[in-house]
Amino acid sequence: MNAVNQSSALAREAGVGAIAVDAVSIALGQGADRFEAVQKLNLDIPSGQFVCLLGPSGCGKSTLLGAIAGHIRATQGSVTLDGEPIKGPHPDRGLVFQHHTLFPWKKIIDNVAFGLKMKGVGKAERRRRALELVKLVGLGGFENRYPAQLSGGMQQRVEIARVLINHPRVLLMDEPFGALDALTRNMMQELLLDVWEKIRTTVVFVTHDIDEALFLADRVIVMTHRPGRLLADIPIDFPRPRHRELLTAPEFVAIKRQCLHLLHGEHAQFKQPDPLERLSPLGPSLITETQIHLSQ
Amino acid sequence: MSNQVIVSRSEIDTGASSPHHAAAPEPQSPRRFTPRKGAHLALQLLSVAAFIVLWQWLSSRHISLGLITFENIPAPSDVVPAFFGLLESPKLVAHISNSLLRVFSGFVGAAALGIALGLIVGRSRWVADILMPPLEVLRPIPGVAWIPVAILAFPSSELSMIFITFMGALFPVLLNTIHGVESVDPRLIATARSLGAKPVSIFIEVILPSATPSITTGLAIGMGTAWFCLVTAEMISGEFGIGYFTWESYSLQNYADILVGMGFIGAFGMLSSVAIKHVGKALTPWLAAQEKQH
Repeated sequence: MNAVNQSSALAREAGVGAIAVDAVSIALGQGADRFEAVQKLNLDIPSGQFVCLLGPSGCGKSTLLGAIAGHIRATQGSVTLDGEPIKGPHPDRGLVFQHHTLFPWKKIIDNVAFGLKMKGVGKAERRRRALELVKLVGLGGFENRYPAQLSGGMQQRVEIARVLINHPRVLLMDEPFGALDALTRNMMQELLLDVWEKIRTTVVFVTHDIDEALFLADRVIVMTHRPGRLLADIPIDFPRPRHRELLTAPEFVAIKRQCLHLLHGEHAQFKQPDPLERLSPLGPSLITETQIHLSQ
Repeated sequence: MSNQVIVSRSEIDTGASSPHHAAAPEPQSPRRFTPRKGAHLALQLLSVAAFIVLWQWLSSRHISLGLITFENIPAPSDVVPAFFGLLESPKLVAHISNSLLRVFSGFVGAAALGIALGLIVGRSRWVADILMPPLEVLRPIPGVAWIPVAILAFPSSELSMIFITFMGALFPVLLNTIHGVESVDPRLIATARSLGAKPVSIFIEVILPSATPSITTGLAIGMGTAWFCLVTAEMISGEFGIGYFTWESYSLQNYADILVGMGFIGAFGMLSSVAIKHVGKALTPWLAAQEKQH
């Protein structure tokens, strides 16, 4: 991406955005359907770190993210941001979902400028700053379109720009590229890293795609199947900026194998083997490396 | 009671989607005239012509079909001179201006109250429980049934007439507004909140624009029903109004004038609805952008 240096617009306070998750349990549902989605989970995320939460579907990773966002309340324990308990949603914690939540009636520029409008910033000033962010995510020239006129990948870029305009202390992403086709997803991952190099905000990124987690993160947190607990905490030290060739590097494949092993063990413990695995004359042992995505 | 509410909502659903689609331009080059479009237009004009010829034949021959008879129905050849007669009449301006004033006063009142009430009812379960039951009872009562009450309740006959067009327009506006507010995507409200929006901003920035397409549909339907109620309303009138003219023509047995009055009401009703649709389109530019995209 040939985005210009935006450091002036995106300058943020250093040393903020540290998240502390302390002995958190979260129960969801009512009455007989009530279950523990997250159980006694501890996690400290230092300021400016890019963390991926990796785990099978229904492992409580989105629930944990919702608790950090302030949309879900922890049943036990505490979630704090820079020492302050999280009480509800706040522009300091920008949240991006798998399916965009852009306002259909606002042009791209006004969607991005929404946070500033809520802060009472004047129209000319907020549009100027929004345009910088629109350009940063590579959508210069599209600012006067409506969301319905953009592709899925472009909509997610607008979504990212819209939360970044609030200078969030943390960026929370819940499988943001999960609904995109593979090529667009790769492009969006590179774009996200490109943007992140410039803003260096704390990122918590939920995914079930191992490649995605390892490619993006400083640190991958592998979670167990329900109730979600911490299974492994893997530092990812590949140098940045990262490129797609990394995905085939031996070190990358080694960590990926480790993750697959962890997740597969976790998966097999709770699930019946896949019908195809059971039918295979060689048994399930051969199917590891090829199964990159953990489907149900 | 509750069943009735559900039925009415689904009626609105079908009503809500069709005006936009009907008014939507063709995907490719909407203005270009092609032979294919010419053929369609010719067929449509031919259909109108055939209808008029059939009507002329049935009426001029005083055809009686048993259940329905055309013996007393004026033929187009009687209606056209009557139309020009009304055009030359010095009373025409008074008829039209009085009717427009009544319809628009009733409509504006209904729009203001319907939208305001709909926005509140759509957002608050409590207000809905308090206000909706009596409104649901009043809703099915036709305009003509309101005449005696309107005369008793309003000392001015002008106000009673406005009240009847108002009652006609109120419910389409109210129910469509409620529907629009209730179908706001809750994810958009949550998003606005997490981007720092306070309740008032959420109302202005999310709920109102989200409900606008549905509200304008309600306004277009309400405008139509306000015109429907005009003849009913102007039964009370002593002197002027297109509806009064139509009703008076029946009393005086000027049968051709009845059809002229009907034509005027139909034309004005259609023009007002088209005007509302254009206003609605101007208020919802993103929908046109979506139509072009798909």
